[in-house]
Amino acid sequence: MLKQISVFLPNQVGTLFKLTQILMDNDINMRAISVAETADFGILRVLVDQNKTEECVKVLKAENYLSLITEVIAVDVPDKPGALHDITRILAEERVNIEYLYSTLVKEKAIIVIRVDDIDKAVNILKKKGVKLIESKEF
Amino acid sequence: MIHSYHGLVKISLKNEKILIVKYVNFFHKSLKEKFIKRCLKMTIYWNEKAECMPQEELKKLQGEKLKKFAHYVYNNVDFYHKKFDELRIKPEDIKSVNDITKLPLTYKTDLRDNYPFNLNAVPMGEIIRIHASSGTTGKPTVVSYTRKDISDWTEIMARTVMASGITHEDVVQNAYGYGLFTGGLGFHYGAEKVGCSVIPISGGNTQRQLMIMQDFKSTVLTCTPSYALYIAEYAKKEGIDVSKLALKKAICGAEPWSDNLRKTIEAELEIDAYDIYGLSEIYGPGVSIECEEKNGMHVWEDFFIVEVLDRKTHEPVEPGEEGVLAFTTLEKTGMPLLRYITYDIATINKEKCSCGRTCCRMSKVTGRADDMLIVRGINVFPSQVEAALMTIPGVAGYYQIIIDRDIIDSLSVQVELTADTFSDEMKVLENFKRDIELKLYNILQVRASVELVAPGTLPRTEGKAKHVIDKRTKNI
Ligand SMILES: [Zn+2]
Repeated sequence: MLKQISVFLPNQVGTLFKLTQILMDNDINMRAISVAETADFGILRVLVDQNKTEECVKVLKAENYLSLITEVIAVDVPDKPGALHDITRILAEERVNIEYLYSTLVKEKAIIVIRVDDIDKAVNILKKKGVKLIESKEF
Repeated sequence: MIHSYHGLVKISLKNEKILIVKYVNFFHKSLKEKFIKRCLKMTIYWNEKAECMPQEELKKLQGEKLKKFAHYVYNNVDFYHKKFDELRIKPEDIKSVNDITKLPLTYKTDLRDNYPFNLNAVPMGEIIRIHASSGTTGKPTVVSYTRKDISDWTEIMARTVMASGITHEDVVQNAYGYGLFTGGLGFHYGAEKVGCSVIPISGGNTQRQLMIMQDFKSTVLTCTPSYALYIAEYAKKEGIDVSKLALKKAICGAEPWSDNLRKTIEAELEIDAYDIYGLSEIYGPGVSIECEEKNGMHVWEDFFIVEVLDRKTHEPVEPGEEGVLAFTTLEKTGMPLLRYITYDIATINKEKCSCGRTCCRMSKVTGRADDMLIVRGINVFPSQVEAALMTIPGVAGYYQIIIDRDIIDSLSVQVELTADTFSDEMKVLENFKRDIELKLYNILQVRASVELVAPGTLPRTEGKAKHVIDKRTKNI
């Protein structure tokens, strides 16, 4: 399981610029990033070095950003057809709902970050089926 | 094509009717009828005796009615009975219309405090209709009508409709909303009484409005001025040739509009547009209307006493000066009102009008003495928005209302997210936003879009925060 930070982004010029500036100034490295957006706001989802997560939230809060920490699953997906399908099938069979997912590269490996409605259940069944989950220490 | 008839009326009158016939074909369609009427001095009244009564006689009549009315409210409405007692006055103290200043004022808050029926002068068995408009909080302002009230309002609306030159020959497309709002039914009853062919289409669905307008050959459109403009723009976009429409007139009201907007509507739809005034507390539309002179709106003074009061002290201002309008409903029996403060700012002109009507004319409403906003013809109070937001868990006390006009009004409310309401899931935030929008619609009766903003971004000011940004003034 990994800790993901979600940040509220009002739809204004420079919002993201200011945010990346803050992270840079605080020497926080973004490892994975995804943005969901509507016409008038967005949600930035970001994975930073796991030991810096709490610090990052603190920094953002001090700068009046609204953020929160959510636990997500990260899986190492082999680069071949049907790899992601195996995972979504396992989750669907066990009736675990995927809220959203995005992909990123970690140490040159493609990983998929998945946010589910019941993370404990998802972790258990994926482990049981032999899927390799990325732990925070190896992230 | 001739677009003004003023000079020609004089020439034609001097040179006999044959010239009228000669000129009339050069006129733009919206002016033809008016030109002939003016040349023949043919103003048609719904009720000539009442509308053209000599002013002295009218004043006397108002005095008689006021005497009776003072007795009526004192004897039938507890609220007024108490007010009279507090002011140590008796209905007998009212001897003429000039004594009106002795009588108590009525405020919108009094209507709220007596919600929904405590200002009624009759038992519910005698009430045949209930309308409602926005209140200052979550509760609406309610008005109850007896059979006599509906019949009086119909008379008022019949006069109103005819004052703008509409006759039983006209096909009236009534695009005011039907429902608790008084616009739809008010026009409906009046136009029907006159004998017009009334199309109760109600507001919205512009495509259908235009189809009906073309197919039914509507000659009159009744709606808010911004909707009239919207219909014009829509017609243009759809490639409809407005000069081929049968439409001749529009009666526009329920929101303030400028003479510039009138000119635009008249040019775009190739019609003649009239301003109308009213408020649901005083029946609804038809409290006053422009006649074909378009020089102020005639107030039906045998039904209402209108006063202009200082916006702060609520004392009468000097004749002709601007102030807050207050109305006394001389004939109302369901929910009679004494000196009801409208918070609408205008002036009154008592000079006799060249249309022959003797009742006074009020100017366009130039502003509000309170914070009421009018959005798409619907009254909106910032306090209503606040009341709606208060009922939603997790909404911080900060909000900002932004009103803009791109042909029609848009209302958006900015609401701050908090740590409790923020989520990493889009659907949670979208549901939160939709919940607020639904709640706002339930209370305001006008659609508002909610914009979620970051905490700490809305202005915080000492004391009363500035919650409203109205960007419309520059566009009107
Ligand atoms: Zn007139």
